[in-house]
Amino acid sequence: MIELTVNGEKHSTEAEGDMPLLWYLRDIANLTGTKFGCGAGFCGACTVHIDGTAQRSCSVPLSEAANREITTIEGLAVNGDHPVQQAWAKHQVPQCGYCQPGQIMQASSLLSDNPAPSSADIDSAMQGNLCRCGTYPRIKAALLDLAEKAS
Amino acid sequence: MSRYLDLSRRKFLKTGAVTGVAVFALPLLTRQGPSATAVAAEAADADSDARLFIALQADGTVVITCHRSEMGQHARTAVAQIVADELEADWDRIAIEQALGDKRYGDQNTDGSRSIRFNLERLRLAGATVRHMLRDAAAEQWGVAAADCLVEQHKARHLPSGRTLDFADLAAAVADRQPPSADAVSVKARKDWRYIGEGKPIVDMADILTGKGTFAADVRLEDTVVAIIARPPVVLSKVQSVDAAEARKVPGVIDVIEMPANTEAPVQFRPLGGVAVLASNTWAAQKGCEKLVITWSDSPNDGYSSEAFRKQMEAANEQPGDVHYSKGDVDAALKGAAKTHTAQYYVPHLAQAPMEPPAASARFVDGVLEVWSCTQNPQADQSLIAGMLGLEESQVRVHVTLLGGGFGRKSKPDFAAEAAYLAHETGRTVRVQWRREDDIRHGFYHTVSAQRLEAGLDDAGRLKAWRHRSTFPTIQSTFVAGAEEPGFETDLGLRDPPYALEHIQAETGRVPAQLRIGWMRSVANIYHCFASQSFMAELAEAAGRDHRDFLLEAIGPDRLIDFAAEGSKFANYGGDTDAYPFDTARLKHVLRRATDLADWGRDMPEGSGLGLAVHRSFLSYVATVVEVTVSEDGELTIPKAWVVVDAGTVVNRDSVRNQMEGGSVFGLSAALDAAITVDKGAVQQSNYDDYQVARMPHSPASIEVEVVDSEAPPAGVGEPGTPPFAPALCNAIFAATGKRIRELPIGKQLSA
Repeated sequence: MIELTVNGEKHSTEAEGDMPLLWYLRDIANLTGTKFGCGAGFCGACTVHIDGTAQRSCSVPLSEAANREITTIEGLAVNGDHPVQQAWAKHQVPQCGYCQPGQIMQASSLLSDNPAPSSADIDSAMQGNLCRCGTYPRIKAALLDLAEKAS
Repeated sequence: MSRYLDLSRRKFLKTGAVTGVAVFALPLLTRQGPSATAVAAEAADADSDARLFIALQADGTVVITCHRSEMGQHARTAVAQIVADELEADWDRIAIEQALGDKRYGDQNTDGSRSIRFNLERLRLAGATVRHMLRDAAAEQWGVAAADCLVEQHKARHLPSGRTLDFADLAAAVADRQPPSADAVSVKARKDWRYIGEGKPIVDMADILTGKGTFAADVRLEDTVVAIIARPPVVLSKVQSVDAAEARKVPGVIDVIEMPANTEAPVQFRPLGGVAVLASNTWAAQKGCEKLVITWSDSPNDGYSSEAFRKQMEAANEQPGDVHYSKGDVDAALKGAAKTHTAQYYVPHLAQAPMEPPAASARFVDGVLEVWSCTQNPQADQSLIAGMLGLEESQVRVHVTLLGGGFGRKSKPDFAAEAAYLAHETGRTVRVQWRREDDIRHGFYHTVSAQRLEAGLDDAGRLKAWRHRSTFPTIQSTFVAGAEEPGFETDLGLRDPPYALEHIQAETGRVPAQLRIGWMRSVANIYHCFASQSFMAELAEAAGRDHRDFLLEAIGPDRLIDFAAEGSKFANYGGDTDAYPFDTARLKHVLRRATDLADWGRDMPEGSGLGLAVHRSFLSYVATVVEVTVSEDGELTIPKAWVVVDAGTVVNRDSVRNQMEGGSVFGLSAALDAAITVDKGAVQQSNYDDYQVARMPHSPASIEVEVVDSEAPPAGVGEPGTPPFAPALCNAIFAATGKRIRELPIGKQLSA
């Protein structure tokens, strides 16, 4: 039995300890906002917060998530109005939208560490999150917009 | 913004409340509603687009059906804008529903950058038809002349008295009316458009930002098992033997099933075969799949290796090929030229690699095979699955989810057919999940190509003769066994050179295909534009001229090019040449604008440079200028790019900008580091570590897009941004370093 907290709710599961957190969230907890992209930590589509920090849920076994606080895109803001989500809407960032939950979780983690990141800080923090639609310039513009407001 | 249909309240134009329509029990799937089936069924006895695309609910909500797949191009938003505009619907009182695959919608194949081109006028008419019905119903209710009434922002208004009726008040009356004939309907004047043009924020925004958008793998049906499939490493190979004993021991594994083999060319869209592991969750299926011990048979494609094949293509380019366009006497003109220049270009196989790997769910209940798929072409799913399982197409119901990118991969329904086969075979609800490794190794690949260009210049450094030879395995091979002669690829940047020359020739060589060849965003334009627009820069250099000036001179005077009259059977993307002529003035305009925006000709610091390219594809004109900086150790950065697009009439200007930005980054990925290579018939890459696509630090820090104001008919937007990016980038690299890139990907060429 593994216990963990997801979006403020206590979960306990009989799932195997080697199951990646990603598949626990998607297949067992039915939280499908966290996406599968590569299964190997190369693309960032599965990014969640573990104890407040962005991590790739495809590469974290459930046993390591035990007794930790997990936040997924569904739990980032009750009304979907986290400043990153608002900035994404303002800049019309999404195209297909598949990678955006991961981008948003990565970006919100960046901003909680560094509320006014530079362009280079943004490149460095976001380089692990792929977007095949090519929304990078808008993601950067949205984050620079937030950085400007913070500073 | 995006609200989905509450089935219990659904009203249809003709019959009112839904009765007797099968409503499926979908406990967790309420978003991509199944009720579009009902819409299509309603339309069966009245072939009317008004009924097919529009339904009015009792509360006045206008439900608009989108029959094109949403894959990031914002089709759902654009379709809603067009219909709501002509219908005079309040934007806040509409709901969008996704259509099932159904021939009654006409073409649903969401590729070829055709959603707006094919549907702008059709959907305007549908919206306007319902607007007329609302007006007439209100006039009847008031007992006044329809000519004294108009419809505005969800209300009918009687002009003399000022009385109004909301759409909600008219829903029942409209439900009983016959739509007027098309010739009795007038669409709005362009100046009165509210939503078409600048555009609205995308309808799926809130869902996407909160993780609620339903992509294929997010569909949740009761009692679903997950299947992961081991597929043959070489196309046309099949399972010789399989030992599944260890796989079956994995906790959660439910069954192991051999898939039907696909051992005969042409491969078409049929699944590749292999062995499926079914389990209670994805992780168990994946672990089980890794424990399979499979021996694969030999394949006629075992000898395919990229290195040797490149030599074969280049050798073909040394010989005269099949001629697709010939004007004047190129051989004589080249012999007589003051100066000639020749260059060869190479572009490898590429994979679309959308962020969402292929996935589909299927179940077979009461003789109906129901599929939920991230498909670009649901009617292709229907016909493939019906044919494979011996069903009527009417027994196959295809729900289209949101697509996490498509780029051509998801036009091929093999993955949905896998799910359908397993559901049919087992009686279970099955979700097939492709791993990234499956996507990279078992795709329908962008073809590999080698090209040879040769040109002649006169004493004054003017372009006088042009020969372009292109050799590549053709997409035709996917549908015709052994096909070596290209099909529509020659129309994509080979037989349509826009140059005012007396001597011009375009040819192709013949080579076999030994992978599944498919299409990828902008298709053959990628390699043809890379070669021709790079070569044009080489010629300007050879002539000692400015690239922009040289190119503008080569394009020549303003004119509509009549390729047919010049000896080229150019298909013009299926566009009528009166509506969509090849207009050199528009081509030159985007080139001038992009170079002006970039301040072309300015002094650049050491190691920095500007490069340009211009290309017409999918009936749109796009010019791209890229600024690069290359450090001493060969590190490439792209501070900025400028794109000017003339796509005729646009429905959502910001979505057009988004597509130009995204198309540019897609072109960047094709140029930078990505390559699919083959050894002994098997693809050597497997995931985003060895198939590297562009990341944020590689991307232009900003991309400035200008959309030309135009009232010309709408042209393509999803693809045309891609072709000019790679040559503009490589031309910029040349300007910065003097190093000419003739082979993609750029990879380590800058540090060598």
